[in-house]
Amino acid sequence: MIAALAGALAPAAQHYLLEARQMQALSFAFHIPLVCFGISFPAMLLFAEWLYLRTGDELYRTLARRWTRVMVALFAAGAVTGTILSFEMGLLWPGFTGTFGSVFGLGFAIEGFSFFTEAIFIGIYVYGWNRLSPRAHFISGIPVAISGISGSLMVIAVNGWMNHPTGFRLVDGKAVDVHPLSALFANSYFWHELVHMYLAGYMVTGFLVAGAYAVGRLRGHWGRYERTALAIPLAVATLASVAQIFAGDWNGRAVAENQPTKLAAFEGLGQTTKGAPIHILGWYSDGKVEYGIRIPKMLSLLAFHSTNATVQGLDAVGPADRPPVNVVRIAFQSMVGIGSLLALLSVVYLAIRIRTKRLPESRWFYLALIAAGPLSLVALISGWVVTEVGRQPWVVYHVMRTSQAVTGASGVPVGYGTLAAVYLGLAVGIGWVLVRLARAPLSEPS
Amino acid sequence: MQLYDLPLAFALIGLALYAVLGGADFGAGFWQLLSGKGKRGDEIRAHARHAMAPVWEANHVWLIFVLTVIWTGFPLAFGSIASTLAVPFFLAGIGIVLRGGAYAMREAAAGARWQRTLDTVFSISSILTPFALGTMIGAIASGRVRVGNPGGTLWTSWLNATSIEVGVLAVATAAYTAAVFLSGDAERHGDHALAERFRLRALGAGIAAGAVATVGLVVLHSDAERLFHRITQGPGLPALVASLLAGVATLALVWARRYEPARYTAALAVAATIVGWALAQNPVFLPGLTVRQAAAPHDTQLVLTIAVAAGAVLLFPSLALLFRLTLGGQLGHGELRGEVAQVPGADWHPGGTERRLAGAFLIGGAGFLTAASTGWAHAIGVACLFGFVICGYRMALPENLTDDAD
Ligand code: HDD
Ligand code: HEM
Ligand code: HEM
Repeated sequence: MIAALAGALAPAAQHYLLEARQMQALSFAFHIPLVCFGISFPAMLLFAEWLYLRTGDELYRTLARRWTRVMVALFAAGAVTGTILSFEMGLLWPGFTGTFGSVFGLGFAIEGFSFFTEAIFIGIYVYGWNRLSPRAHFISGIPVAISGISGSLMVIAVNGWMNHPTGFRLVDGKAVDVHPLSALFANSYFWHELVHMYLAGYMVTGFLVAGAYAVGRLRGHWGRYERTALAIPLAVATLASVAQIFAGDWNGRAVAENQPTKLAAFEGLGQTTKGAPIHILGWYSDGKVEYGIRIPKMLSLLAFHSTNATVQGLDAVGPADRPPVNVVRIAFQSMVGIGSLLALLSVVYLAIRIRTKRLPESRWFYLALIAAGPLSLVALISGWVVTEVGRQPWVVYHVMRTSQAVTGASGVPVGYGTLAAVYLGLAVGIGWVLVRLARAPLSEPS
Repeated sequence: MQLYDLPLAFALIGLALYAVLGGADFGAGFWQLLSGKGKRGDEIRAHARHAMAPVWEANHVWLIFVLTVIWTGFPLAFGSIASTLAVPFFLAGIGIVLRGGAYAMREAAAGARWQRTLDTVFSISSILTPFALGTMIGAIASGRVRVGNPGGTLWTSWLNATSIEVGVLAVATAAYTAAVFLSGDAERHGDHALAERFRLRALGAGIAAGAVATVGLVVLHSDAERLFHRITQGPGLPALVASLLAGVATLALVWARRYEPARYTAALAVAATIVGWALAQNPVFLPGLTVRQAAAPHDTQLVLTIAVAAGAVLLFPSLALLFRLTLGGQLGHGELRGEVAQVPGADWHPGGTERRLAGAFLIGGAGFLTAASTGWAHAIGVACLFGFVICGYRMALPENLTDDAD
């Protein structure tokens, strides 16, 4: 009886699976950049405030207070876009949530508590600037920084589980023998994502914030305040960029071990090959990459540390089980390309900073810095496209197809269009708020 | 009582808290819309906004909490509800986005015209969202959501007498609790004139909510007979009586300007309604699906219960702190209080040690992550990478940037 009920939920006739996927992608593409600020901005703010407490220099206080206003706006937007995501678990993917909620749901339930902590202490921190003693105020910010990190830990644990599902058995379309704790946390396949995402959070926030002050510099705003405000996020972003290269390489090998088809899609490797090459740029068609710059044996070396290792190609699975190769591949190349460029920029910056003990003088550096923020965003979204689209057609890897997870309700395109319109408005609104905050005169009490 | 009753109870507690706390936020938005023009209107809007500014995000998380507990503890029911009631669920989501967006922009907006527009968006979405969520409860309560993807019709499942009734009731109680809370807040700030204006609103909204609730019983009688009988004669009766008494008591307290106790009776009235619904509907979750059948396996219920209990230990003290500070007027815009810590001339210079350490950590991190392939080696590698970032953080210390030489 119960099995029959569960079966009633799984397969649905949905003409608009693609729209549903795009709606999910749109929602993520909006939430995740905001969340980067949730992960790393509180730490930067607290750092500035800590400097204020140590030195009593009003400059740091002004800095922290102005950043606080940015944080409030972005946090509110992060919270509502996150709410949409949790609605979409049911609105778009009831087959998925209805079948596996018992396995992965715990992660989100725990995450709920870190949202609580974050929302509560953000309320105290933001509205306590003038009212609490400086020390109490500083302390009230610490839970915000911690919960920004723990919140994303839980979501990524869920994502790790989707990529490497364990902790249950599937009988007649129903999850039995469910062990949520081991499914989420004994799963070794999410740590690489977590580390990579944290570093990405620091990169995105750091480069975007530093980039804003770089714009100011080109316009002639370059006092003590602006230099400080640029140096703090820039230091974080550049250090994270250097570390990111190694984390990214680790991610690649984790994928190579566990999701060979995804790896094959990264590189457009049609056939299983011994001593597989990589191609830079180019276009995948008919089982091979055309027009790319070929580097022989490199894939085997990178993925398995041996030039003669055999790498499984896309032909190992049937065409219905392959992800859309070019989407994944282009996204992957963009991420790695941007990651490498940003690491290069970072090394240049760190060298100058250590050598001369000052910020770079060159106008080119600041132009590059302005580009770095949006580029890191592109890398971030590309990375998630790599992970999520690379897992297709599966929503739970080798267990449930996305087409089995999707809702049977009609009207998906209408929802997609509405959400797109609302998000466009939200994006414009946030942009406008940020510009206004940036233009507010320094002396104005926030 | 079974283990799976606990998560269900948690979800209901969460729902009740959302209805009270989140409801009060929605209601504050409602009063912003009906505040009228001119200076008096501005005062009402400002009061409603300031009173909820520090708490609205925390209040809003209760909804997320309810959703996650249900989809973990009762996934099949969640899937069926969400796909059947896709339209109101989506509308509620859009309402939440618009509300949050308007709020975020309002904080930075200058210029009366923009503020007015944003306030209007805020208020309208503050009505749309509780209405949509209310229609969902009405749909479940009147048995219009069955198991399936979707398990009911797209429109009539939530556009029917019971749904609309519950939707309107949700808006009315939100307005009522908000007015009660806001009178109390105004009184605490010593603004008696403002308190008086919200008092009148509370009385009006209280009577309106009572009327809507009474109509609700009539609607249930014709539209959801099982529920009606179980509320008026069966297990739901005590809760119904409690809700009625608390509602009347609130009116009386507000009448007597005893706002602080009125806060609690108002909350009780709302919570009792939800409890009454749950008791009357139990053990049926959806038609043909009992709570037991809907429940996730035992292990899930167990860890979910433990997780929520552990979370509550963290949550409630934090919430208490937030509300104490808010009600005590310690959060908001105002003058700096307390001493400024002065530690002049603290001198650190990014010494060679840090730089060398950062370098060593980077090499270590790269080595352990890249060359090794076991879990523990990766763990060390990750630790090294973070060590690199932390040691390198000295680079951020702007002490040699703060001279105005260049
Ligand atoms: C600022 C952002 C950023 C940058 C510069 C990079 N990445 Fe990345 N990457 C991400 C942001 C990101 C991400 C958005 O955060 C992802 C999505 C899933 C995840 O865990 O991280 C990701 C995923 C991801 C995956 C897929 C993991 C999976 O499916 O489990 C691989 C293989 C890489 N990355 C590899 C790299 C390499 C080799 C980089 C070299 C420079 C790199 N990334 C730079
Ligand atoms: C938990 C339920 C989830 C479901 C059902 C789901 C499913 C999907 C689907 C179907 C897509 C669209 C893929 C495509 O366009 O082909 C997608 C995209 C995406 N998912 Fe997931 N996913 C889930 C969870 C997550 C989690 C936990 C994360 C991150 C931690 C995540 C990150 C993303 C991102 C970033 C995209 C967007 C890719 C783009 O921009 O195109 N997903 N997801
Ligand atoms: C299926 C995927 C996801 C769901 C259901 C989801 C849900 C949510 C919700 C409901 C909130 C709002 C909390 C509040 O009201 O305060 C939120 C915020 C947040 N989410 Fe997500 N989220 C998802 C994906 C992600 C991803 C991919 C990350 C990061 C890796 C992430 C990290 C965060 C963080 C740090 C916040 C804090 C709010 C902020 O700083 O803006 N979430 N999320």
